[in-house]
Amino acid sequence: MMYPEADKPVSAGIRDREDIIVEAIDVEKSFGDMKVLKGVSLTVRRQEVVVIVGASGSGKTTFIRCINHLEKIQQGRILVNGHLIGYRDVKGRLIEDKERNVARQREEIGMVFQRFNLFPHKTALENIIEAPIHVRKVKPAEATAMARDLLASVGLSEKANSYPAQLSGGQQQRVAIARALAMKPALMLFDEPTSALDPETVGEVLDVMKKLAKDGMTMIVVTHEMGFAREVADRVVMMDDGKIVEEAAPDIFFTSPRSERTKSFLARILK
Amino acid sequence: MNFDWAFFWRYLLEPSAVYLHGLWLTLSLSVLCQFFGTVIGLFAALGRLSSFRSLQIIVRFYTWVMRGTPLLVQVVFIYTALAAANIFRFEDIDLGFMVLPGNVQAGILALSLNEGAYMAEIIRAGIASIDQGQVEASKSLGMRYHLFMRRIILPQAIRFIVPPLGNEFNSMLKNTTLLSVIGVPELLLATQMVTSATFKVFELYTVVALYYLSLTTLWGIAQRRIELRFGEPHLRRQTSTKPKGWQRLMRAGS
Repeated sequence: MMYPEADKPVSAGIRDREDIIVEAIDVEKSFGDMKVLKGVSLTVRRQEVVVIVGASGSGKTTFIRCINHLEKIQQGRILVNGHLIGYRDVKGRLIEDKERNVARQREEIGMVFQRFNLFPHKTALENIIEAPIHVRKVKPAEATAMARDLLASVGLSEKANSYPAQLSGGQQQRVAIARALAMKPALMLFDEPTSALDPETVGEVLDVMKKLAKDGMTMIVVTHEMGFAREVADRVVMMDDGKIVEEAAPDIFFTSPRSERTKSFLARILK
Repeated sequence: MNFDWAFFWRYLLEPSAVYLHGLWLTLSLSVLCQFFGTVIGLFAALGRLSSFRSLQIIVRFYTWVMRGTPLLVQVVFIYTALAAANIFRFEDIDLGFMVLPGNVQAGILALSLNEGAYMAEIIRAGIASIDQGQVEASKSLGMRYHLFMRRIILPQAIRFIVPPLGNEFNSMLKNTTLLSVIGVPELLLATQMVTSATFKVFELYTVVALYYLSLTTLWGIAQRRIELRFGEPHLRRQTSTKPKGWQRLMRAGS
């Protein structure tokens, strides 16, 4: 088990620690000279739904992409399931981990992208069974049966043999969610899952996500859908200029935020 | 004009054994060198796209040299110049069922290396045209490099690679003629051998030109079919598999 350094006292007991699935500590990240994350710390517990909001350019998408190491970080630590992701800690320095280890950790972390990123040369069903068969080594018949169940749960049973180009945006995103769930992840990351959708298909994707939350899935969601945040989130996190400026339960977050940035952000977005 | 029609038809329709052997060599060398060239090109392209700086530099140097010097010079350099400098001499190899002459080995090496450089650029461009989101989605599912390259990226890139690959093979069919200078008895050298015995230069070069034209035309038709096969998956069935005859001919001649 990797624990944060001694100078970062952790108040939680051992039992509570096992309950933590993501622990980000003072994460810093730059693209070239531009610093996009300026010390982000966030702890997410199992079965929690955390919604990250903020203006574009606030670093929320970059942060969520760091959690499964699609982005490198320069400072700080991110632990998923108690293990550093993407790096090994060698005497306090971050050394890039082996591809094999990163891949193994990513099996536990589902991700849903703004632009769906379905495999266009494969049918909806083939998209879903690809990783279970070739990464998890599930038997094809078993994977197919599971994929059909997943397609049914996102309401797309009749689209199993359709190619992504034949599906609407909302349908593609639902297949993408099913594809991520097929790996039986312990955690799901959603990076603006409805931002690229037509307004009339946003609802069908949010409904799938709500059902997922109700079933106890641990979720970190970057979104502009305040209604979803208010209804589903256990905690809402506001990012601004590469930092977390507010972190509260939704009823508090939306009614009595403390930071000025959050107040003006909510005033703009909820008007 | 002095044109021996009877001679022309005879050589066109009833080619001699030398001629048929030349045709066989041209075809087999083309297929072999295109195959090796594509394999070399694939690895060169992956090297060029890798994050290893030294690998990138090696591949850049290789493509720079191969695309920057004439193929004819490369052929003579690899076979004749290396031997003259006592660096490497291509000896005949007995494969059991046939003897592979040294000049044929050198020819295969030269054409494959040259083709590899061009294929590297084609394959690199094909891979680069695939949206980065495909890589990210694959990684997020726990897939590793070799797996997503083989199952996700290359199958999509093939759509961009196949059309220029077809044109490369068209060039390859014609480029094999360069091996005549190191004594590989392919179609052109076979023709030269017959002309030196018969002096029917006009007739025989017309025949050999028609042979090459037939090869490239047949290939052009095959190419069309292959390209349709690798089109958009959900459009495959709807696409007409019968391009107009003139289109096929025009494409084949290019």
